[in-house]
Amino acid sequence: MRIRLKFSKTGPMQYVGHLDLHRSWERIFRRSGLLLAYSQGFHPQPRLNLACALPLGFTSQCEILDAWLEQDVPIDQIQEAVSNALPPGLKVLDLEIVDLQAPALQTQVTSSVYVITFFDEIPDLDDRLQRVISADHLPRLRRNKSYDLRSLIEEIALIPQNDGGNYSIRVQLAAREAATGRPEELLDVLGIKFEATHIHREKLILATN
Amino acid sequence: MVLTPTDIKLKLERILPTVQKPARYFGGEFNQVVKNWDSIETHVALVFPDIYDIGMSNLGLAILYELINDRPDALAERVYTPWIDMETAMRSAGIPLYSLESKQPLSAFNIIGFTLPYETLFTNTLNALDLAGIPLLSIERHETNPLVIAGGHATFNPEPMHAFIDAFVIGEGEQVIQEIIDVYQVWKHSSLSRQQLLISLSSLPGVYVPSLYHTYYNQDGTVDRIEKLVDQANNPVLKRIVPHLPPPPTRFIVPNIETVHNRVPIEIMRGCTRGCRFCHAGMVSRPVRERNVSEIVQAIDTALKNTGFEEIGLLSLSSSDYTHITELIQAITDKYCGKHLGISLPSLRIASFSVDLMDLLKESRHGGFTLAPEAATEHMRNIINKPLSTEQLLETACQIYSRGWTTIKLYFMIGHPAETLEDVKAIADLCKAVLAEGHKAIGHRAKLNVGISTFIPKPHTPFQWVSCDSVEQIQSKQALLKQELRHRDIKLTWSNPEVTLLEAWLSRGDRRMADVVYQAWKNGARFDAWQDQFNFEAWMAAFEATNLDPSFYTHRTRSLDEVFPWDHISTGVRKKFLLKDFLLSQEFQTRVDCRLNCFACGILPAFADLRRENPGESWSCPEVKSPPKVNLAEVR
Repeated sequence: MRIRLKFSKTGPMQYVGHLDLHRSWERIFRRSGLLLAYSQGFHPQPRLNLACALPLGFTSQCEILDAWLEQDVPIDQIQEAVSNALPPGLKVLDLEIVDLQAPALQTQVTSSVYVITFFDEIPDLDDRLQRVISADHLPRLRRNKSYDLRSLIEEIALIPQNDGGNYSIRVQLAAREAATGRPEELLDVLGIKFEATHIHREKLILATN
Repeated sequence: MVLTPTDIKLKLERILPTVQKPARYFGGEFNQVVKNWDSIETHVALVFPDIYDIGMSNLGLAILYELINDRPDALAERVYTPWIDMETAMRSAGIPLYSLESKQPLSAFNIIGFTLPYETLFTNTLNALDLAGIPLLSIERHETNPLVIAGGHATFNPEPMHAFIDAFVIGEGEQVIQEIIDVYQVWKHSSLSRQQLLISLSSLPGVYVPSLYHTYYNQDGTVDRIEKLVDQANNPVLKRIVPHLPPPPTRFIVPNIETVHNRVPIEIMRGCTRGCRFCHAGMVSRPVRERNVSEIVQAIDTALKNTGFEEIGLLSLSSSDYTHITELIQAITDKYCGKHLGISLPSLRIASFSVDLMDLLKESRHGGFTLAPEAATEHMRNIINKPLSTEQLLETACQIYSRGWTTIKLYFMIGHPAETLEDVKAIADLCKAVLAEGHKAIGHRAKLNVGISTFIPKPHTPFQWVSCDSVEQIQSKQALLKQELRHRDIKLTWSNPEVTLLEAWLSRGDRRMADVVYQAWKNGARFDAWQDQFNFEAWMAAFEATNLDPSFYTHRTRSLDEVFPWDHISTGVRKKFLLKDFLLSQEFQTRVDCRLNCFACGILPAFADLRRENPGESWSCPEVKSPPKVNLAEVR
């Protein structure tokens, strides 16, 4: 059977990268006693699929994982077994059965919504945002490839001060294969050091079909 | 000002995004133990003075972590040294070295326990103390500073670190760590001085408090004698052993990132009966004690359920010598067949039996097959007491290649006593012969990896009297091998001669070496075990500044009656036995596996009572028949 888990990634897990997270999930399933199905071939691999890599250091409340189990297990039993095996920093928010034929997760993600919180006060933040919004193009170079960041920014808005007095912004960036907007790149354009911010993924938008 | 865990966490939030692999510095893994700090009496920090990726795989600390955390009145938390980028970030942000579990600064702990499995961790130990703001020198620490203790294989010669460590644990730590905590707690409730604490500790069997001993030197710089300064202290300090291996740990912390051995380690036995003369571990970890099969299988099962690891490592110094090895492997493979479990079985002897064993693990087979002949001629193998015929090696190699492995890894050592260039050339010839077996069996798919390390005459071994090769000798031997083994299917690796020398100096040092360690650290030496960080100049400058001649420690002929700086530390193996074995080596005489013939190394008399209380086959030593010694004073 194929299941889809929505989970949050915070605390110690925010410092765990994509590949290591994959390994962590394998071990969660091993601990849970639920048997993962394995791929065929010379080096069989457990069948797990993460929707969209979350960069190191980001937290999230909307990560998605597809897992294939060897046997059908009642959903509440899965919920319990997995929950007991989770390391600090991962929480399952939602769990559902998915059609075996459903398209691969990675192909379904279209956009990510991030909330970026600034540790320090940013002078004329409004102006900086305005400049980004009104730009036609924001040419960038990443890994020796040039691309237009502006076309990947779908929405951008200032959020009023939080309890701690910090400002944050909410941005929706494209997250399609080969067209992924990166919050660090946006911060660079805004002239803000990414290490003076906290970045949280709030939502993954999937294609509805 | 001492930072609180909250301060530290806040500062970390800003620096972690800027360093490589930030998960190394944050803890929070599955199975970590976080107790309520304020309600626990004794706080112990367990430090592996290298990065997380290395330290997390250390079994010794995992054992102590479980044992201490099982006590309701104590807690243990982990500390590793930060990599260069993090150290810089921490120093500039004013973050002291802290524990992963509760982010407490190291200075807030009662006891700091360093594990020193090898000597190239010495400067990192100093660096860790410095990063924690704890005085480096034992004599500069006060009642409010933590007690700094250390153990591990490198502390069988504790002298080069004597100035920095308050108390050493010599030998196995499972029982003595509990006794140290008990003594500490009694002291903490008293109003006695720190000195009194040290004196109490010094009377515990297996504990060495260096400040309570004095070393007298001869005119020529050798040691005359070592005397204790207080009655209570042990002299000699006999290592501790556990008479019976305690249940293996099963609640391993599961790292969230890649580490060197990311698996469940299960120690199947401790010690080795083979008596290879160069082998420090084989001499210091006697006697051989085995766990029984059902205990091991049960522990594996529990540990896998607790951790979700996909690999286990069956650890020992010589796996094929474990009495019930076939039964064990059979039991494990029966149980986990088809469950995608990797099983690693290192330290196999060169015999077709080992190939049969590995064949049983077919399903989990990965990588190559490793063998360690250590020397290439029978003559040289007799000197080092690793008897093995070339035919036996070639036959084993042939079987390995024909049964499906494409790569063999061979370990050799150069620089053995009385080694000539002929002996070294023989290594190259033997490698080619092994590869030829592979080509015969499977053609050019056959590969050979050759690892060449350099011999170090380690303390407490029969070769402790031997002088080291010079850098030039090592280089010419390596050059010969590099030239001879230039082959498409052979991959050759070797160790840096300067690193070898450093290890030799540090392992053989006396108390004066502590000044060199200190000075080298001042000069910037750290991560000496890392090729890209190793700083030979810092060490040479340190020797110069302290007016010590490094060659005194490693490059001179020693008289057979020389007093060694570590002679007051006893592994239970007698110096007389080691000397006899050394002399036998000079006559090319070997000694068989001591399970077949006890050579009276001294272990049995040293631990006669323990053996008497633990009869049967869990020890490889003969049984003790004599009645326990009666203490006359008590009878009267």
